[in-house]
Amino acid sequence: MLPQVAVTIVFFFWPAFESLRLSFFRTSPFGDRQVFVGLENFVRLLSAPDYYQAIANTFVFALGVTGIGVGAGLLVAALATQHIRGLAAYRTALLWPYGIAPPVAGIIFLFIFHPSYGVLPYWLSFVTTYEVNWLLKGWVAMTLVIVATAWTHVGYNIAFFLAGLLAIPTSVMEAASVDGAGGLRRFRSIVFPLLSPITFYLVVVNLIFSFFGSFGVIKAVTQGGPGNATEIMVYKVYKDGFIGLNLGSSAAQSVMLMIVVIGLTALQFKFLEKKVTY
Amino acid sequence: MSIATLPDVRTATRPVAAVTTRPRPRIRWENVVIHVLLLACVLVIAFPLYYAFVISTQTVEQVMARPPLLRPSSHVLENYAGAWSRSHMGRLLWNSAIVALVSTVGKIAISMLSAFAIVYFDFRGKTLVFWMIFVTLMLPVEVRIMSTYEVIGDLGWLDTYWGLTVPLMASATATFLFRQFYQTVPNELCEAAQLDGVGPLRFLWSFLLPLSWANIAALFVVLFIFGWNQYLWPLMITNTEAMRVVVIGIEELIPRTGTHVPEWNVMMAAAMMALLPPVAVILFMQRWFVKGLIESEK
Repeated sequence: MLPQVAVTIVFFFWPAFESLRLSFFRTSPFGDRQVFVGLENFVRLLSAPDYYQAIANTFVFALGVTGIGVGAGLLVAALATQHIRGLAAYRTALLWPYGIAPPVAGIIFLFIFHPSYGVLPYWLSFVTTYEVNWLLKGWVAMTLVIVATAWTHVGYNIAFFLAGLLAIPTSVMEAASVDGAGGLRRFRSIVFPLLSPITFYLVVVNLIFSFFGSFGVIKAVTQGGPGNATEIMVYKVYKDGFIGLNLGSSAAQSVMLMIVVIGLTALQFKFLEKKVTY
Repeated sequence: MSIATLPDVRTATRPVAAVTTRPRPRIRWENVVIHVLLLACVLVIAFPLYYAFVISTQTVEQVMARPPLLRPSSHVLENYAGAWSRSHMGRLLWNSAIVALVSTVGKIAISMLSAFAIVYFDFRGKTLVFWMIFVTLMLPVEVRIMSTYEVIGDLGWLDTYWGLTVPLMASATATFLFRQFYQTVPNELCEAAQLDGVGPLRFLWSFLLPLSWANIAALFVVLFIFGWNQYLWPLMITNTEAMRVVVIGIEELIPRTGTHVPEWNVMMAAAMMALLPPVAVILFMQRWFVKGLIESEK
């Protein structure tokens, strides 16, 4: 008991409290002086256009990753409603990228998207003359990091959907078949409603993951660039705090993030309550 | 003969297959379409890794070739040896293994103990403690990096294995999993043990631990992957090359556009080595992995 409490206090409560405190101070770059500035850090932050840019980037990234992940999960679940053979084998064949760290996945996709050697720009050059160069075009860089992150996470969603699918009693499905419901119809009227709590849960988990787990892929691949087209909130906390040494602003950003997490977690608990009925 | 025994093995090892109903003959063609679609998904998912592997076997000239060569070449050894020596791969893998194993074992041990305390003991402040652990679920490391960094600095743990592993050990998820599991253990077992004069720690060791192996295995796999793939935390608290973990260490091999020779073959060889251990763990322990994944999120 004691170790857990100790670790919790030292590494969770104290830091969280420190962030909160620092966000009300302006600290000199060497950390020797601290001046209480009240809400000034927040005011500054919220009046800086690049913070809104970071928020917008974060949402694009999070929605992209969540959309691809949950969408692919649903697709596979829809295909698997026929209760075909070898589902577990498919699950494994789709799940293994989960073991790959997003930064490593990012490096692989960095090459796939490589403007001069990558296979993707090469293939696309047959279709369009548009230059798909992530170094020059912000949205290409964003697509790169989204796809790389989604790649590692698709299997996670699929595993959950399949688990949910197998929890649906076969009798329900058989009854629907007997009543003449086709595959698509069965998915729409039985499977999807029964999977909706899982869908909701996965949306929240994917959002949390892409809000906070996305640092590595950004740092390894684009460093927020080109310009700051892929600068997301977590990366900005790091950049302003560690590279820019603006501790006050960085702490204020941490507090903003905490608010986001608490909001998302509250959503998650709502899901937990719902799940009891299902 | 081997063909005849194959289906039995499958149903035995994959509980999922047992649940499936026999497909009706009249919708067979539909199943064929589904298999084709699922296989297409598998191929799309597998392509990036295949491509990375192919690149890791080529020479720089082959890497730069247009159209891109999508078949493996024969330069495996030199690329992997090059990547190994240039990124100090031995050291990187060792560090990653330490971080992943120590944080995983520590996390499981701590969570077991605290879940045990929460379930089997009444003490003052129990609700407070429970609530405190609960809150840690909500605050990922990323949110409080700056100040956690300061705490580690104050403890003098920068650039040490302590600093790398201990902060990762507090995990609400694992505590909840064990708590949930202990609550399913019948109370009679505890009472019987007490009657026989078994102390609490002995009860934990000789009764609960043997019952928990399935949960421990499942958690172990999930946490191992989690620990191996840590990025932000190791990046922040290590300054020296000797303490880098592999996910971070291979980054310096990325040929940035411009001055570098585009040695993507060496880069991909290093990436393959970095991703192989966790992927192998998932593949070999997939049953535990899926169990851990799904149960730890309940």
